[in-house]
Amino acid sequence: MLRRFRLEEPEHVSQVSELLSRFGDSAKIYAGGTELLLAMKEGLVQYERLINVKNLNCRDVTLENGALSIGALSTHRELETSKTIKEKLPALAKLEHNVANVRVRQVGTLGGNLCFAEPHADPGTLLIALGAKMIAEKSSSQRELDAEKFFVDAFETALEPDEVLTKIVIPVPGAAGRSAYLKFGYLERPSVGVGLAFNLNGQVSSMRIAVGCAGPAPRRVPEAEALLEGKSREEAERNLAQAGALAGRAAQAITDLHGSQDYKEHIVGILLKRAFLSALS
Amino acid sequence: MAKPMSRASEAQLIPISFTLNGRLQEIDVEPHELLLDVVRERLGLTGAKRSCDVQVCGACTLLVDGRPVSACTTLAFEVRGRSVLTIEGLAENGKLHPLQQAFIEHGGFQCGFCTPGMILAAKALLDENPDPSEAELKHFMHGNICRCTGYKKIIESIMAAAKTMRSGGQGSSS
Repeated sequence: MLRRFRLEEPEHVSQVSELLSRFGDSAKIYAGGTELLLAMKEGLVQYERLINVKNLNCRDVTLENGALSIGALSTHRELETSKTIKEKLPALAKLEHNVANVRVRQVGTLGGNLCFAEPHADPGTLLIALGAKMIAEKSSSQRELDAEKFFVDAFETALEPDEVLTKIVIPVPGAAGRSAYLKFGYLERPSVGVGLAFNLNGQVSSMRIAVGCAGPAPRRVPEAEALLEGKSREEAERNLAQAGALAGRAAQAITDLHGSQDYKEHIVGILLKRAFLSALS
Repeated sequence: MAKPMSRASEAQLIPISFTLNGRLQEIDVEPHELLLDVVRERLGLTGAKRSCDVQVCGACTLLVDGRPVSACTTLAFEVRGRSVLTIEGLAENGKLHPLQQAFIEHGGFQCGFCTPGMILAAKALLDENPDPSEAELKHFMHGNICRCTGYKKIIESIMAAAKTMRSGGQGSSS
């Protein structure tokens, strides 16, 4: 059961930001509600007010200057079925196709998913690998955060208390671009997720690898990237096992219901190898 | 801003109107009321079930504008201006929907607790994809859990209904 709360329904980002400033920790942004309402029903968090942001105009998927701009209120369903995303970033379309279940995808938003920062979530990991930027706005200003700096800890982001995530901007890979996201889990949520993106032009370049779900927040693993960067495809494939082992150790995996630390580290390695090979195919 | 801001402890009533199984409903809801409670407790339609309560099992599935949602985790005010379908609204003029008929003919349920959600989710699938592959069906339906059947007969039921619907059948046994 939910406890009683009040609802605010602002029309503009500046109004949302003002409400956040005014009510502080007693208010929370409500978008799809797929994660927030569960936490509230469990009594893990309580708010006197929810700020329904669905009237804000940030739901478009557009191409601007070689980058894909995704409105934070886009639902997983809209993203999995978006023609533009299927064409420009098939790895993201596939990820969205496999988020939770059809009912969650129907109402859950990408922005809500990122801001809630539940560790066992998919999109953040791939967005880090893709070098995405998060656009955060408040009443009078706007700033851009690198996806890899956005996630601070479990359920904690780098957003300021009165900032609103409005857009996610992802550079569209060129013809040599490769990317993939793979996850594994046996519960409703993934135990481990691995995302990667690189260019293949005779050799591997701009290699980016991110690991999620295993630890408190998705993170990039430069140690593993270095083993593949600048290598020929064959050399990179030979180094995959070592890169996977490094990525596993760097994942800050924790033992929980989703698996032991050792197990998750092992799975990171397996997924990294498979993700690299699937990105090549 | 849409609403005046008053003290958080006071009840806030939101007047909503929506279509429920084809009929206009006008009620006042508080922001924290869940769609499942409104439909079951206030409007007396108990087909949708509360089971996991965390959007995992699908027993509370309702269709909002034709798309499946978990009524256990949907705030009731969200259906304002929209169309809600529950299992009670699926048969037309006393005639079962092809999915309902197929579940009977193919033994698609045992205890029946998951069945309303199962059938509504399947309807959403077939409305957007009248000829799904078994893989597409399984992917779409994987969030609807059945603890009795082992799913084989559910899949057979949905496939049979799809065939009936493609051939223009209205649910009678052929």
